[in-house]
Amino acid sequence: MSELRTEELTINMGPQHPSTHGVLRLVLTLNGEIVTDVKPVLGYLHRCFEKHCEAMTYPQVIPYTDRMDYLTSMNNELAYVLAAEKLLGIEIPERVEYIRVIMSELQRIASHLVAIGTYGNDAGAFTPFLYCFMDREKVLELFEMVCGARLLYNYIWVGGVSHDITPEFVTKTKEFIKYFRPRIKQVNNLLSYNKIFIERTAGIGVLPVDVAINAGCSGPTLRGSGVKYDLRKDDPYSIYDRFDFDVCVGVGERGVVGDSWNRYIVRAYEMEQSLRIIEQAIDKIPEGDVHAAVPKRVKPVAGESYVRTEAPKGELAYYIISDGSLNPYRIKARSPSFCNLSVINQISRGHMIADVVMILGSFDIVLGCIDR
Amino acid sequence: MGNILTQWLGDNLLTFILIPVPVLVWVLIFALYAVLGERKVSAWMQNRIGPNRTDKYGLLQTMLDVVKLIQKELIIPNRADRVYFRIAPYIVFTATFMGFAVLPFSSVFIGVDLNLGLFYFFAITSLSVIGVLMAGWSSNNKSSLFGGMRTVAQIVSYEIPTALSAIVVVMLAGTLSMQRFAEIQSGGILNWYIFGGPGSLIKFILIPVMVVSALILFISTLAETNRTPFDLTEADSELVAGVHIEYSGMMFAMFFLAEYAQMFAVSGIITTLFLGGWQSPFGDLIPFLNSPVFQVFWFLAKSLFLVFVQMWLRWTLPRVRIDQLMTMCWKFLIPITLVDLFLVAVYMILT
Repeated sequence: MSELRTEELTINMGPQHPSTHGVLRLVLTLNGEIVTDVKPVLGYLHRCFEKHCEAMTYPQVIPYTDRMDYLTSMNNELAYVLAAEKLLGIEIPERVEYIRVIMSELQRIASHLVAIGTYGNDAGAFTPFLYCFMDREKVLELFEMVCGARLLYNYIWVGGVSHDITPEFVTKTKEFIKYFRPRIKQVNNLLSYNKIFIERTAGIGVLPVDVAINAGCSGPTLRGSGVKYDLRKDDPYSIYDRFDFDVCVGVGERGVVGDSWNRYIVRAYEMEQSLRIIEQAIDKIPEGDVHAAVPKRVKPVAGESYVRTEAPKGELAYYIISDGSLNPYRIKARSPSFCNLSVINQISRGHMIADVVMILGSFDIVLGCIDR
Repeated sequence: MGNILTQWLGDNLLTFILIPVPVLVWVLIFALYAVLGERKVSAWMQNRIGPNRTDKYGLLQTMLDVVKLIQKELIIPNRADRVYFRIAPYIVFTATFMGFAVLPFSSVFIGVDLNLGLFYFFAITSLSVIGVLMAGWSSNNKSSLFGGMRTVAQIVSYEIPTALSAIVVVMLAGTLSMQRFAEIQSGGILNWYIFGGPGSLIKFILIPVMVVSALILFISTLAETNRTPFDLTEADSELVAGVHIEYSGMMFAMFFLAEYAQMFAVSGIITTLFLGGWQSPFGDLIPFLNSPVFQVFWFLAKSLFLVFVQMWLRWTLPRVRIDQLMTMCWKFLIPITLVDLFLVAVYMILT
């Protein structure tokens, strides 16, 4: 019998595909169902963010940062504003710091809810997705109450925040904390500890620590591999050093440390920690103004600043060079999703086509952040 | 023959043309309202309202969807195999619908009471796999092809546990005729095969075996109908829509119709084998409840409950991976059904 002629099949996954989380295109080379090569193709959502910023004044850049990782707008704003403030060298009122921390932790919860929900959706479970979005809705309502916007806030400004919070916001946030604690458990019971879900994710796409560090992974992707690295603890910015919370890492409760399940569950753990931070912060908000004395025309002296923050997806940093004019000379954003995505080829070889979807989902990428 | 239409109209050609009509009408009505039901069930599970804009409670929703689908242009992709592409959906539906011929809706209504009814059902419904493969192959789309290939592997493998777990009942009943299965289980809920079937009290030791068999039959039929957690044919997060990708308009609706018809057909089979078919759970205590008309009610109620369970699972569970699917079939379901079969055989020898 003559030998069968076999050849590898190239499948184009995306840019229009339900589980590439946006307009990511993956060129998969398949040997049967086994993936032999994954090539991510980026750039379908490129908007010249960095170049565009050079024509903007410093406050005008903030709405553009909103649109980078549109699920974590508050954290994006915070990172950029911290970098700009460092350049300006201005003092921020205490009240503003607290509000910023509360907002970015609420945003972290919202972002992780999307991550968990869409991950369940990738696995084929549609119901947890809607449960998560229902809870995210509550967070968005809080944001809406404060600044009127639900997705792209333009809330955190250079030298303050756009609107002061109201007492109603404080009570609603406390209600939300009380409501949300049991909900985390519910979603965990429905999805995280589901036998089929564990079968699908445990042991899939194990990310070794050295690979993760070499590729610059950060956030839950890195912590899922068991590395206790969280900038809120390791390089505290804003007032994070005042709060008591744990850095959650994947401990191999199910599967092995560094697999998709551990990357996923870190987010569920982290939501609990975010609640702890909000709980501590919400009671201690001092009275005061929410605007620091910032000149109308923000015009820093020539110089540069680099601030890195812990966004829900990982280490988000902004590098700003100022030439002393009204516009920044250069802005560079270090996006966590981009670095996290870069390991996909290494860790998904030898897995099946369905696993690539699960591995990709476990990074929780947002294409707005990758392509900028 | 046990068919009321044959008695009324005589044993002629007209009768045999008329017999499928009520069944087909039922399948169409069922499919229309099962789609709506599925959307409502999923909505309730997800804190939503579901379709509510068309008539009261969205009762016209699927009807209007069908109207929309009929109006749509049938798009056949370039370089697709046009003949196979066109006939594939109809093969899938026809194969499924032919299975309805042996579903005993009532003691006086069954399409045809073959003495090989169960065998016929498994043989004829598995023909639908040919249609699915045809659709996958002829679409000239890699994802479709993947979906088609997966289905073949899946359905062919799951034929075995399906048949084996059904054989447990066949051994106890000593027949393959669908109408006989239902007749044997007369006398109330305790005489259903899930509780060991009719017989003396010792039959109750069979309960664990029968429950396991029924569960395995349910799981394998889920896999055969490509429902979540085994909907790898469609697998929207990997293959986008599997074999359905290139289909539009009525051809797509045919696939949809076939899926829902299949859901009902397999539920009917489980009902007949394990849940007493058209028998009333109260047996002959209340003869009125076991009259031929009420039997239709019992059969539909039991089957529709199983259909509901299928929906329930679909909106709760994630999807398994193809290798896990095969592992489950060959390493767990088949050995367990073989043990079941053995235990029932031992029981039959001893009693």
